[in-house]
Amino acid sequence: MTPGCAIVPLCVAVPLGGAFLIALLGRKVRRLPDALGFMATLAALLLSLSSVGVVRTSGIVVYAVGGWAPPIGIALVLDGLTAFVLVTVNVIAFLVAIFSIDYMERFTAKWQFYALFLLMLAGMNGVVVTGDMFNLYVFLEIAAVASYALVAFGTEKHELEAAFKYAVMGTLGSLLILLGIAMLYGATSTLNMADMGRELAAQTPDSLLLLISALFLVGFGLKAAAVPFHAWLPDAHPSAPAPISAMLSGVLIKSLGVYALARVFFNVIGMTPQVSSVLMFLGALSMVIGVFLAIGQWDLKRLLAYHSISQIGYVLLGIGLATPLGILGGLFHLFNHSVFKSLLFLNSGAVEYATGTRDLQKMGGLARRMPVTSATTLAASMSIAGIPPFNGFWSKLIIIVAAVEAGRFGYAFWAVLASLLTLASFMKVMKYAFFGVLNEDWGDVKEAPFFMKFAMCALAAICILGGLLLLPAAYEPFLNAATKVLAEGTRYATLVMSEVR
Amino acid sequence: MAVYVLCLVLFCLGVYCILAKRNIIKIIVGITIAECAVNMFFVLTAYKTGGRAPILEPGAGIPVASMVDPLPHALVLTAIVIGLATTALMVAIAMRIYAKYGTYDIAEIRELKG
Amino acid sequence: MSKEQRRNGAKGMSLIVKTITRLTVGLILLFGVYIVLHGHLSPGGGFAGGVIIALSFVHLMLAFGKEEAFKKVSEPVLSFFESVGALLFLGIALAGLSAGYFFLNFLPKGKSFELASAGIIPFCNIAICFKVGAGLFAIFVALVLLTVDVEKK
Repeated sequence: MTPGCAIVPLCVAVPLGGAFLIALLGRKVRRLPDALGFMATLAALLLSLSSVGVVRTSGIVVYAVGGWAPPIGIALVLDGLTAFVLVTVNVIAFLVAIFSIDYMERFTAKWQFYALFLLMLAGMNGVVVTGDMFNLYVFLEIAAVASYALVAFGTEKHELEAAFKYAVMGTLGSLLILLGIAMLYGATSTLNMADMGRELAAQTPDSLLLLISALFLVGFGLKAAAVPFHAWLPDAHPSAPAPISAMLSGVLIKSLGVYALARVFFNVIGMTPQVSSVLMFLGALSMVIGVFLAIGQWDLKRLLAYHSISQIGYVLLGIGLATPLGILGGLFHLFNHSVFKSLLFLNSGAVEYATGTRDLQKMGGLARRMPVTSATTLAASMSIAGIPPFNGFWSKLIIIVAAVEAGRFGYAFWAVLASLLTLASFMKVMKYAFFGVLNEDWGDVKEAPFFMKFAMCALAAICILGGLLLLPAAYEPFLNAATKVLAEGTRYATLVMSEVR
Repeated sequence: MAVYVLCLVLFCLGVYCILAKRNIIKIIVGITIAECAVNMFFVLTAYKTGGRAPILEPGAGIPVASMVDPLPHALVLTAIVIGLATTALMVAIAMRIYAKYGTYDIAEIRELKG
Repeated sequence: MSKEQRRNGAKGMSLIVKTITRLTVGLILLFGVYIVLHGHLSPGGGFAGGVIIALSFVHLMLAFGKEEAFKKVSEPVLSFFESVGALLFLGIALAGLSAGYFFLNFLPKGKSFELASAGIIPFCNIAICFKVGAGLFAIFVALVLLTVDVEKK
């Protein structure tokens, strides 16, 4: 076990330690929560970037916590998919933490915000890094409970109602996941994911496995807000403060929902044609229903929340295709969506910070007074609509080509239709909010403060340059490693067990 | 086999309570019932007929092969604590909802629409 | 508690409850400490012991009223213990990292069935006891003492 592998548990320990340090000292020292939040997320970002390098040189890394070798001990597994999602989560978390330095000045008790934020980050990193089923549940719950508290952070009427709805549906999803884990433990008598995969491959699939698959689909579907389990998202994401909306929409539904779903179904239970078609159907349903419900919205953040549902549909469609090209498209769209959706929510936060409203009909012509915000919103809108050469175009193209290649022309048609409607929807946003005649009420609004501008510009830069990730030099260690892990499916079990000495 | 089915029936009762009741506090009670059902299910997977408690003693003690499985016991302990944290947070949110809306009835707490 | 006693400003429950509490609350606290320290020898450990310790403080608050309970442990002390418990647990885990693995049991293990054995496990139990005890009492204080005025619609 080389010293470089110590980064695997540190990805979880650093944000966790930061959260409790802030809880201990943050009340008294004034700027300490901001500084600690910045340093903890920066450290997590550097650790996740170096994990890509570790995977490139050493292949799969299995870290046995406490020296106990799996399957007896808890194992933390670092493979291509883990490194990919880690980088996604930590990049967004770092930039959102910078954004919050200015945005959260309006709220009291900023130290509570940063403590909960770092706890949520530790939970998400834990979900991605773990190689043990029950450990997955524990970290899932840490991140989920922290996010319920963060949605209710402002304690206004709407925030509390949305937080309660979110908490009830999230807890129901977690209970279904726990029931599935209990049944899986009963069927295989082990909790280690690789060992479970090996045991399940040796048994013949029976109706118990069907029940377990259904429980996991519904449970993780509730976490990922796939239609028909999406009802909490349009209330929770708009009501949260803008940096939290960015985190929830950008990374939480992906690492808790889509990543866990993919890991469990591809590597542990094994992908079957039935599960694949269910995932594709849910994906297509989410794509279409999300975008139809989004077009009629006049509340900016609610519109963005419905578009989140639609874009998660793209990711589910890509992953559900279960062909290497489809998985590549799905995972690349996961990364791209994190970037442009967080950027869009941060932009809505900047607009709200300056004007105090989220209603599109009250805004108008803000581009003159807030050039940076409107330029970054334009970049993000072109990404989400899939206009070349922004990053959204490449991932949507790969998904559509994969659907056509697999012979699913119906799904490809729905994907193209949803993309056109997304374009229409964001043209509406740009027209009403930024272009056009400046509304007299906003005659003296100022541009967003420095840290908010920095975060938005950094994300916009990633949007513009994101297509470069498909170049061979960057593609191999990052996207291709992740795709290979899922495409190999149940070979994960043999790979992990062979790493254990 | 019958005990597992009973646990699942209890879980379904908890889910019915979450879906059908109108008072926020009753919804929280429903979540607690469903959580208890899942924890019981988990503990039951550990049981073995004629098993003894998995505690080592000095000297000869109980043969390890006849002990019940201790792993689900540890997991259920963790799950109970997680359930406690979630319930505490939901009760705190419910109390503040009462302060803002003046009622616990979810039919009247419907400001977010569309 | 009768109306005259309330008018005189007395707090908490009746005299019988207060007398019995004075006798038993110390024993409850001690029992919780016993369960924490023997966590590696008998069932219990950090969670269960922490809950019992928290309940002894809750018992004190129910019987005597919140001023008496806050004289024993005030709110800043509570949040201090909560954070310190979590940081101690992380510190033990990271100390294991310096000896090899995260969470490695690096202290001498001693003989089985003795109090000073099993490496880091007793220290982990104590850290968890701080966190769970302080956390549970803090939840109780927050929920019971939270008085918000109902906003009229």
